[in-house]
Amino acid sequence: MSKAKEALLNPIFNDNPIALQILGICSALAVTGNLYITLIMCVALTTVVTLSNLSVSLIRNHIPTNIRIIVQISIIATLVMLVDEVLQAFDYESSKTLSVFVGLIVTNCIVMGRAEAFAMKNGPLLSAIDGFGNGLGYSIILIIIAIIREFIGAGTFYGIEIMPLTTNGGWYLANNFFLTPASSFFIIGFTIWALREWKTDQIEKPEFKISENSLEAEKRAV
Amino acid sequence: MLEAYLSIFIKAVFIENIAINFFLGMCTFLAISKKIQPAIGLGIAVIVVLGLAVPINNLIFNFFLKADALFPGSDLHFVGLICYIGIIAALVQILEMFLDRYIPSLYNALGVFLPLITVNCAILGGVLFSIERNLQFTESVVYGLGAGTGWALAIVALAGITERLKYADIPQGLQGLGITFITVGLMCFGFLSFGGISL
Repeated sequence: MSKAKEALLNPIFNDNPIALQILGICSALAVTGNLYITLIMCVALTTVVTLSNLSVSLIRNHIPTNIRIIVQISIIATLVMLVDEVLQAFDYESSKTLSVFVGLIVTNCIVMGRAEAFAMKNGPLLSAIDGFGNGLGYSIILIIIAIIREFIGAGTFYGIEIMPLTTNGGWYLANNFFLTPASSFFIIGFTIWALREWKTDQIEKPEFKISENSLEAEKRAV
Repeated sequence: MLEAYLSIFIKAVFIENIAINFFLGMCTFLAISKKIQPAIGLGIAVIVVLGLAVPINNLIFNFFLKADALFPGSDLHFVGLICYIGIIAALVQILEMFLDRYIPSLYNALGVFLPLITVNCAILGGVLFSIERNLQFTESVVYGLGAGTGWALAIVALAGITERLKYADIPQGLQGLGITFITVGLMCFGFLSFGGISL
């Protein structure tokens, strides 16, 4: 596989920022109640991480090592401010719903993590591709969660009614649990489980091995 | 007067817990919750930094960035993010030097967690919430301390549960991150029950 293709596709399932690198989880949980808002968040994050990787990589040879974190944070904060202003200008309603979470992309560890781990060591084009790939990996998990939560919690898909609610004279009694924050923890937990059953090399080693039940061992001996 | 402050505090700790209900600081929350000792250290660090960062940024917003604050017609709120993050970074650095010089025992206990707090979204989240809600200066002090306490409480509780869980027989794919998510989900139920309290 060529290097660029690897940088683009690896973060999606093999090295997913949320499921394996444990990065950027805060927003994954908070903004997934409805698919439209989630898509906006995904586009915002993918834009920021791609552009920040590109700009950090462009000036990587001129940044003194001691102050690199500050330089990276200023670049990221500037990009996030731009995205925030654009969002407020074109879709004010959604920017109100997202409230502080667009601003929090500044401290989203995916952006900082990729700038530090990848963009400081690789060329601009490759870094931009890596940023875009990580944005996609983040988006795919968010979109899965949002589809599940919106479908079961409100009976809709992207705002289109699929299962008519009892409150509107239909047959589906909405499961309000899926609109609460708690549900997203479970959905991410089970998504990770499913992903690790598929990609078994991602399974974490247990700290302890539980010894065999002594009764069963005896039975086998007999 | 006192009741109003108490209400903000209780609300920040239980009803609108910054970790459980707003998912802020989740990355550190999940990564450092394997043992109780480091969890307590990190919790204390977050209380201190939130208690300082929220009021200071509140002052900065009210005296410099708010519309008409600097001079009539000025409006600098769009540079807010970069100011807040800069102040948090500087604050953490100063706190680190101060602790190193005057309270070395606490400095050693906090260790690597202190610098990590700069990029903890719980801090920036707390600051942004206090500004979005237009809190007064004293209210923001109480809110900062309350939000920090809530976060510390949640991480210590989670660490306590995870410490016990290592002896449990968990399905392979769920080990580590997966089971932690589900545990936090169950804790979230507990915190949801505070939602009905009105103060």
